[in-house]
Amino acid sequence: MNPRRKITIDGNEAVASVAYRTNEVIAIYPITPASPMGELSDTWSTQGQANIWGDIPQVVEMQSEGGAAGTAHGALQTGSLTTTFTASQGLLLKIPNLYKIAGELTPFAMHVAARTLATHALSIFCDHSDVMAARQTGCALLASGSVQEAHDFALISQAATLRSRIPFIHFFDGFRTSHEITKIEELTDDDLRAMIDEKLIDEHRLRALTPDRPVIRGTAQNPDTFFQAREACNPFYRACPEHVRQTMRQFAKLVGRSYKLFDYYGDPEARRVVVLMGSGAETAQETVDWLNAHGEQVGILRVRLYRPFSLEAFNEALPASVEHLAVLDRTKEPGAVGDPLYLDVVTALQEIRDDEGPSRAIPRVVAGRYGLSSKEFNPSSVKAVFDELARDRPRNHFTVGIIDDVTHASLPMNRLDIEPSGRVRALFFGLGSDGTVSANKNSIKIIGEETDNYAQGYFVYDSKKSGAITISHLRFGNEPIYSTYLIQQANFIACHQFNFLERFDVLETACSGATFLLNSPYPADEVWDHLPTEIQETIIDKQLRFWVIDAYKVAKDSGMGGRINTIMQTCFFALSRVLEPTHAIELIKDAVRKTYGKKGQVLVEKNFDAIDATLAHLSEVEVPPAVTSSFSRPPIVSPEAPDFVQTVTAVMLANKGDHLPVSVFPPDGTWPTGTTKWEKRNIAHEIPLWDMGTCIQCNQCALVCPHAAIRAKVYDPAALENAPESFLSTDYKAPDFRGLKYTIQVAPEDCTGCSLCVEVCPAKDKANPRRKAINMEPLQEVRAREQENFDFFLDLPEVDRTQIQRLDAKGSQWLEPLFEFSGACAGCGETPYLKLLTQLFGDRLLMANATGCSSIYGGNLPTTPYTTNREGRGPAWANSLFEDNAEFGLGFRVSVDSLSGRARSLLQKLASELGDELVSELLEAEQITENDFIAQRARVDILNQKLAELKVPDAQRLRVISDYLVKKSIWLVGGDGWAYDIGYGGLDHVLSLNRDVNILVLDTEVYSNTGGQQSKATPLGAAAKYAAAGKSQPKKALALEAISFHHAYVAKVAFGANMNQTVQALREAEAYPGTSLVIAYSPCIAHGYDLSQQVVQQKRIVAGGGWSLFRHDPRRVLEGEPALKLDSRAPTGKVQDYMKHEARFRMVEKIDPDRYKKLQALAQDQAVQRRAVYEHLAEMTLPRAEASDEPESTSP
Amino acid sequence: MDLSTNYLGLDLPHPFMPGASPLVDDLDTVRRLEDADAAAIVMNSLFEEQVVYEEVSVISYMDTPAFSSAEALSYFPDSDSVSLGPDAYLNKLLKIVEAVDVPVIGSLNGTTKGRWLEYAGLIQEIGADALELNIYALRTDPTETGAEIEARTVDIVSEVKKSLTIPVAVKLSPYYTALANLAASLEAVGADGLVLFNRFYQPDIDLEELEVARVLRLSDSSDLLLRLRWLAILSSQIEASLAVSGGVHTPFDALKAIMAGADAVQMTSALLKNGPEYLSIVKQGVATWLAEHDYESLAQARGSMNHQRCPDPAAFERANYMEILQSWKAEP
Repeated sequence: MNPRRKITIDGNEAVASVAYRTNEVIAIYPITPASPMGELSDTWSTQGQANIWGDIPQVVEMQSEGGAAGTAHGALQTGSLTTTFTASQGLLLKIPNLYKIAGELTPFAMHVAARTLATHALSIFCDHSDVMAARQTGCALLASGSVQEAHDFALISQAATLRSRIPFIHFFDGFRTSHEITKIEELTDDDLRAMIDEKLIDEHRLRALTPDRPVIRGTAQNPDTFFQAREACNPFYRACPEHVRQTMRQFAKLVGRSYKLFDYYGDPEARRVVVLMGSGAETAQETVDWLNAHGEQVGILRVRLYRPFSLEAFNEALPASVEHLAVLDRTKEPGAVGDPLYLDVVTALQEIRDDEGPSRAIPRVVAGRYGLSSKEFNPSSVKAVFDELARDRPRNHFTVGIIDDVTHASLPMNRLDIEPSGRVRALFFGLGSDGTVSANKNSIKIIGEETDNYAQGYFVYDSKKSGAITISHLRFGNEPIYSTYLIQQANFIACHQFNFLERFDVLETACSGATFLLNSPYPADEVWDHLPTEIQETIIDKQLRFWVIDAYKVAKDSGMGGRINTIMQTCFFALSRVLEPTHAIELIKDAVRKTYGKKGQVLVEKNFDAIDATLAHLSEVEVPPAVTSSFSRPPIVSPEAPDFVQTVTAVMLANKGDHLPVSVFPPDGTWPTGTTKWEKRNIAHEIPLWDMGTCIQCNQCALVCPHAAIRAKVYDPAALENAPESFLSTDYKAPDFRGLKYTIQVAPEDCTGCSLCVEVCPAKDKANPRRKAINMEPLQEVRAREQENFDFFLDLPEVDRTQIQRLDAKGSQWLEPLFEFSGACAGCGETPYLKLLTQLFGDRLLMANATGCSSIYGGNLPTTPYTTNREGRGPAWANSLFEDNAEFGLGFRVSVDSLSGRARSLLQKLASELGDELVSELLEAEQITENDFIAQRARVDILNQKLAELKVPDAQRLRVISDYLVKKSIWLVGGDGWAYDIGYGGLDHVLSLNRDVNILVLDTEVYSNTGGQQSKATPLGAAAKYAAAGKSQPKKALALEAISFHHAYVAKVAFGANMNQTVQALREAEAYPGTSLVIAYSPCIAHGYDLSQQVVQQKRIVAGGGWSLFRHDPRRVLEGEPALKLDSRAPTGKVQDYMKHEARFRMVEKIDPDRYKKLQALAQDQAVQRRAVYEHLAEMTLPRAEASDEPESTSP
Repeated sequence: MDLSTNYLGLDLPHPFMPGASPLVDDLDTVRRLEDADAAAIVMNSLFEEQVVYEEVSVISYMDTPAFSSAEALSYFPDSDSVSLGPDAYLNKLLKIVEAVDVPVIGSLNGTTKGRWLEYAGLIQEIGADALELNIYALRTDPTETGAEIEARTVDIVSEVKKSLTIPVAVKLSPYYTALANLAASLEAVGADGLVLFNRFYQPDIDLEELEVARVLRLSDSSDLLLRLRWLAILSSQIEASLAVSGGVHTPFDALKAIMAGADAVQMTSALLKNGPEYLSIVKQGVATWLAEHDYESLAQARGSMNHQRCPDPAAFERANYMEILQSWKAEP
């Protein structure tokens, strides 16, 4: 047998490694935090890696988790060893098939990175609400708590399912285990072969459906037989725990690691015991050791096999000495007597007593809840539970880890630090884009693989996609690490971004005498005066050793641009002395060679240069004895922010949301909108400034800005009276607003610095064409000045919407954006469309938003970007799920129609009291133009006044819903993953109904939010995850499918190629009385190019035939015209003209140039053919039967 | 007709070959060139600048967004099998070396000394029969002297020569002050041949957009004249092989170049315009012309009109220019 290697990997890879090698078919669909398991499987399969039988597993990406489960079911039924991976909502979608697979007693192990289910809010983080929602399916549930256990249990579950014929859900904690990197012992192929019994595989094959031995499954049964037949499976469930026990024994004998169905750990005579499962048990075990070492007698009972629940094993594992038992659930089942594990334990104990008689003493049991959405569960939490159990009557149904000041269920906690002092505990504050996390992952691998030390890394990301902050938690030491919680006391803190010092307390967790490493633009002898008071105080009080390096300078000098990762990594090794520094530098270089060596030498050399230059630039700061700073950390939000923002949002922004008590939160997930404006992120290094002399006043900069951070206004010259001195203003040139003043203003603290506006600016300085009408300048020099200017600009009156003569690209930018400063990526290609939507229809806009990027930057706390106008109106936005958004939005329409119908009938009923004229106007007035809406709102105001005076019940009824007399604009928004794949069934149905809803598909041609997996919108030839070798099927023609309904308005737009057409299509779609679909080309970082170039790239794509612009309006058929109007000319170029500019295509070429050439030729064919179809449609008039009438819209 | 020639020490049946160009991008085209009886295949250049730019940019677009979001630790599939650097070029070279029987001449344009040597070594290792060094850079640094630039060029050629066993040709631009001296220096450090000349891409200005426009202009026969002069001069001064590159579009152009002293005739624009098969038409035309004019062999014509042997050597010098000016008359 080959010796087992020690490897340093995360939980997802640990599980996928076993699942891949022990299966033949893998059906996948991306979902956080399980996606990497599918991605790895796909990569291995593409690379031709074999399973333990020498075959390459087939990996199939489906359109949803439901699809993946169906495929898995089918593959299992026909005799293949099959697996799948998922989490959260994905598991819910698999439940119907899980019942089937279990009902048919099918060996099947699937792996779940446990994640919170969406309730009042979505959360990508960990708890057990998803697996608990599958506990009734008949699947076995096996819980692992660490990366090593997850690796081991992936095998044990696969082996046990073959033995027992019960399908297994093996689950491990999302992020905490799935994303934690640590050193484990790798199971060899021989281990896997030894554990998987070939005979059982043969039996599985022999049960397969085959016409050679036909049987039938999936029959329908009736009252006479279903019940008995259902009970026939009981022996299998009874036998299952014993199969698992034997599998675990066999595993222990083979590998040496021993597991039980219920593992007790702690004092054998413990009187207080906690029952739990998952990663929390690791921390609990660590705490139990500490408590017992400090004179207590406590223990934990770790649940491994939760279903089928073995009474016998439970009874055997629980020490007889236990008096008080706390059962901790990591899920919430509102309204139940208790959460599920608690109920099981109580029932189990009751049944044990029933069996053994009244003399059997059973402990007093209490329930506790912890860790929802990855809430920290640390030694302080564990001790709080044991302390509670020490009371005579411990409280039941408590929570731990939060402050519940509403139902007062939470346990009090005191800070407890039990980590061994010899352990290195390092915290790194960095930006996503500076490479901090990848360097730290590297460091862990180096330490894990090159030393005997144990190593652990866990990474915390914020919820923004631009300027995202990362915090890395790294532990190293010579003892095993069971600490599955964030570092509370760090002896090394590195801050990779100087400006973090004024944003939050990076030294909060520093322990006394810790090392503090700061990336500073100021040298050691100057830096002190640039630190805020709080930082100086902490450095002095905690006696920190303080080092600085100007890493950006070193990076720049060695050609590394903004990547400071290897430089800071070198500093870490130099200061932490985990390894001898020269040795460490060699290892860092090896790692660089491994990372980049295959791709090319240039980056290897640049990195080497940077590493070699580092130590000379690292210097220790002589810490003065007293605080000398003249400034403090500024307040998190402006004092002008509303109360809620001050008391709740600001705390979250300061990274202290954990301290907020239950009482501050809305109980139903309802939050105020428009909060991004209070979060001044200042993430741009350079911002655009306006050169009004060069400007041609086209407003294109404002239209393309993804963050509404550059805006245009015309206004009366008198409004300039109190303008700041530096505020720029010029005469407006065109006739529509002649006499008014014009300003383009940037929001300096909200701009991400993407420079898209500068790239799109068509105006050039004639004497110096390198300069445009807007130019990037360093933020720091102009920040205060421009913020004052922006504040003044906001206070200028909004342009009168009724006075806008042409609502084209330029005219649209007079309208106030009601979507601003989102956390979307710098240069995001989706958000310009959303911003435009809110400008055009924002004050009557209802949005249903499918889960994805747009729901994350649209609705991820702490702050959200949809905001209101001065009248307090603005988009009302909600996210239901990923798969149901079309249906969800249709529900809006049905409901709004119902309410407006009711309002209209009440209005008619009350006509005599209200006055016939007002009523008939309210009922009959057109609602098309801005003036119409203003007039109708004025009528509703009058109506409301009258209703307030009427004392009849109908008046009150109408008062509540009178706003529905003003038309609402309903938009169903989502990405291509939703529209082309998981939500397509619903989308298709909604299209078929022809109700008045508008669908906006932000087509990035890939699953952007989960990290670039292919969708049916991914174009031929592009590399994406799950299509690593380049997609070989063409992009689905979603527009043509929608056109096939005849009644739908369908448009394809690309703002970079034609802004006016985009505005026109959105307006026509909104005005169209039936269903409208607008498919919007949306450049994305997953395309792999500098997004500031996206406007010219969009033009290339349209000119190359990759994306045609058109508007299909069924009403044209009535006029005897072709319904489809092509808005882009016949391609003047080829697909390669745009393909060569994007890394997603380039990488296919760089992997396999011949294949790429073939794909490119196919893509060209396909582009030409699709264009021919559009051209044909653009010329095709449809015949009409003589008797046909105008189609009636089903909407009133 | 015996058209045989020796270029860079390679005995070739005739002097006609494609010049360094994208013609080699497609293996089918390469086969068509061989079928058209090309005496050798000259690769397009491996551009160090391009390699560096691509490595840095592709990796940065893939790496920079990674590890920024809990949901998406990266945005691209595993990139380990992506080979950047010179791999794509070397793979192409390897395929061509394997596919054709005629000699294959690699081509290289470097910017740093280390990489000149590294890539030259790799091209030899892959199996190229010779290497063309494409010394092609626009010097804009006002502190740099012509002597320094020439010295560095000679130094690179010298170092490359020392590290290779295959013959090395140097493709020059016409814009050296002392081309004859440079040619001699290159020969002295071992250059096996010179290719005359590089054609610089010349940027244009777009008046409407106020942009620098990139234009790619194919050569025509008028480009030949500059080459004829220097072929004539250098072929009478040095022993190293000479190839003409730029301006050969007809059999007559080719004959002139050969008579001026070219050992090899590289064609690019003519083949891009007329297809690979055109190579054999030019070759045939030369053979026919020589036969019609009672030449014994191509060797007899080679260099016959060079500076040393032509009836009026002064015509290749300054006088030529003066006479033309004098003979020019304004339209009435």
